[in-house]
Amino acid sequence: MKDFAALFAALDGTTKTSAKVAALTEYFQTAPEADRVWTIALLSGRRPKRSVTSTELREWAAEAAGMPLWLFEESYAMVGDLAETIALILPVAEGAEAPSLSAIIAELTQLTGQGGEVRKAAILAYWARLGPTERLLFNKLITGGFRMGVSQGLMTRALSTATGVDEAVLAHRLMGDWSPQTMPFERLVREDASGSASRPYPFALAAPLEEGPETLGDPGGWRAEWKWDGIRGQLIQRAGAFALWSRGEELITDRFPEFAPLADFLPPGTVIDGEVLAWDHQAGRPLPFADLQKRIGRKTVPKKLLVEAPALMLAYDLLEDAGQDLRDRPFGERRARLEVLVAGLPEGMPLRLSPAIGFESWDGLTAKRQAAREMRAEGVMLKRAASPYHVGRKRGDWWKWKLDPWTVDAVMIYAQAGHGRRANLYTDFTFAVRDGNALVPFTKAYSGLTDAEFGEITRWVQKNTLERFGPVRRVPPELVFEIGFEGIQESPRHKSGIALRFPRMIRWRRDKPVDEIDTLEGLRDLLRVSRG
Amino acid sequence: MARNPVLTFTDRGIYCPDGDFFIDPWRPVDRALITHGHSDHARWGHKRYLATHQALPVMRHRLGQIEAVGIAYGERVQIGGVTVSFHPAGHVPGSAQIAVERQGEVWVVSGDYKVEPDGLAEGFAPIRCHAFISECTFGLPVFRWQPQERVMAEITRWWAANAAARKVSILGAYSFGKAQRLMAGVEPIGPILTHGAVEEITAILRAQGYALPETVRAVAGVDGKTHPGALVIAPPSALGSAWARKFGPAEEAFASGWMAVRGIRRRRSLGAGFVVSDHADWDGLNAAIRATGCERVFVTHGYTAPFRRWLSEQGYDAGIVATEYGEEVEELPTEGAA
Repeated sequence: MKDFAALFAALDGTTKTSAKVAALTEYFQTAPEADRVWTIALLSGRRPKRSVTSTELREWAAEAAGMPLWLFEESYAMVGDLAETIALILPVAEGAEAPSLSAIIAELTQLTGQGGEVRKAAILAYWARLGPTERLLFNKLITGGFRMGVSQGLMTRALSTATGVDEAVLAHRLMGDWSPQTMPFERLVREDASGSASRPYPFALAAPLEEGPETLGDPGGWRAEWKWDGIRGQLIQRAGAFALWSRGEELITDRFPEFAPLADFLPPGTVIDGEVLAWDHQAGRPLPFADLQKRIGRKTVPKKLLVEAPALMLAYDLLEDAGQDLRDRPFGERRARLEVLVAGLPEGMPLRLSPAIGFESWDGLTAKRQAAREMRAEGVMLKRAASPYHVGRKRGDWWKWKLDPWTVDAVMIYAQAGHGRRANLYTDFTFAVRDGNALVPFTKAYSGLTDAEFGEITRWVQKNTLERFGPVRRVPPELVFEIGFEGIQESPRHKSGIALRFPRMIRWRRDKPVDEIDTLEGLRDLLRVSRG
Repeated sequence: MARNPVLTFTDRGIYCPDGDFFIDPWRPVDRALITHGHSDHARWGHKRYLATHQALPVMRHRLGQIEAVGIAYGERVQIGGVTVSFHPAGHVPGSAQIAVERQGEVWVVSGDYKVEPDGLAEGFAPIRCHAFISECTFGLPVFRWQPQERVMAEITRWWAANAAARKVSILGAYSFGKAQRLMAGVEPIGPILTHGAVEEITAILRAQGYALPETVRAVAGVDGKTHPGALVIAPPSALGSAWARKFGPAEEAFASGWMAVRGIRRRRSLGAGFVVSDHADWDGLNAAIRATGCERVFVTHGYTAPFRRWLSEQGYDAGIVATEYGEEVEELPTEGAA
């Protein structure tokens, strides 16, 4: 644990990328191999099996620190991170000796399923002997959410430097469902067979197109398609494996049983990149995202939901064909092979081509893009016909050209401090629109402003608090903001009867008085438009 | 019979009716007793000021022409129907708690304070009292300071490592109090350069006789070339500024109690942060309040709501007083205080 804590301190103690890569590289060359594997796992979003609930952690920590639970909760609200709060409130321990990272994880894993007293005794014993940084990291192993200011890409780069293995090759090897408990380091980084047959490729990502497409040059070299609002997924059919992965590297095959027939019809050695959508077969377009959302959290899907929100994949790209990795081939060729493949499937399969949008000129495409909302798409994707399938986000070849958001002017009525980086700043606001003489809360938003603006609003909130409810403060309805969002849906769960998709603050409207904000009726009109 | 309280709380500040004076008022008044020279406590515009002899030079520097009288620590002065005395608060050089006594009933206004001796400010002295008006800037149990020598050793190591990498070390610290405490506390391994705001206060305190090391004002032409591997002490607002870039290759860090919380440090995009505060930590606040032997506590600025509740669960008659002293955010690193 000591060298892992030292790595953490080095990463946390700098904002310079080069210093972070250097610290990681050294760690990947010197740390015990089992610890390296776990570090790779943690920095790529994997985590040990959860052995303790956060409720237990809170109660045990408050008890160990000799304070009432409410004071612990106040502290947590201020710090914004449970693992850190616990590390800070416990009495200082002199961390003399600590087992290795992998040994601690092994013991934590063994605790799962044990009785409360056994687990409590083990956790308290660790707290009592770990130094401050080790204690924070130990807690993070339990709570998850390891953020060390290191992206997976940065970690892969350092691992590449440390091992001499090509970065893109490594990125692929680290995908999928390998287990850090059983995977030896050398096999993980050196052997292609290390992953299971269902191992996905790293997803290629697009950058937002901020200006018009004219900057991209000759339209002839570009292909356009709809940018769907679903779950980006990778469908894998290989000998002995049929798998659906989400972009978050989650295996979601079982959540979408309607794809199962594809296992009988897709040729072995096929990997397709596409969008999973809940499909409205009558209207020939996706159902609202909220319908798909109902299916995301479920491991098993009730029949009713399968009927109400049937899933479909719209295919974007072909990454592997007849077992051959196509990612270096130009998009145009991959797309042509994808069309042949999909055309060969029988009728009624839940896999279709995401239609290409034909266009002769940028003006023509701009006009067609206007139809995105009717298609229930977020906008248009632009891909260079000659582009390979990149690892991650590489600017230049793939662009997402989203529709301008819908906007509404609303007034802030509640404010809450943020978490993590934004603890101690009021950043999470609840907004209301007018309904006659009343104000009706209709959305929350917590991004879109600068740190300076959040600082100014924080001071205002502190001076103007009317009431406190735990971490939430009620403020007078005075500050007006332009709220942008991508979609609007009916929602019986909300007082306003509506729910927004991707709400965020576009700007602070200091120029706008409260009596000029938008109305609930106006939002209902938008709802009618969107149901079209 | 019920009498007026010794101190009352008004929209201009803490007021003593029997002495007709205010303590650290935030609106202009006739007579102001000032705990210390930080700008949220020593404000401009009062007719007459009373503060410790040690606090006055910085106050005069900051407030310009003021009519002010000095008082020694421990000296007792009769004002109207009360006796007033100033006692070390350990916050910054010259800082005081102000005790107000009326016929044996003592109320103490803490101003800002810290319990641990810092080697520069006059050491905190607990005063027995009936009612204690306490700050609670860091009134949550997540704030626990390390012993000063350990943090100073950390800072010295950081400076040494930077110097070895041929980099200047720029340390952000509040220009009155924290900056001088740091320069006096680190192990001298090379020259200490100062931002003008820091240097002005440093020169005043040095002239008063506080033991401060030699410093060089970082005027134009003073940089990492003329002073390789130097430690630069500057107000937090100078971090990341064009002024800071003139030193050439450099590492920056911020010294504040807020650095105890990782999220706050990351929000400022700072790599290094050192947990050094001129305010009492959680244990310090509790120890200081216990040591007064008081029954009533009024908490002013900081985490007032939870701290009041905590005190009342400990058996104190505890209340909250709304003041205009740096509340929460003004004490945050964005504002450069604490």
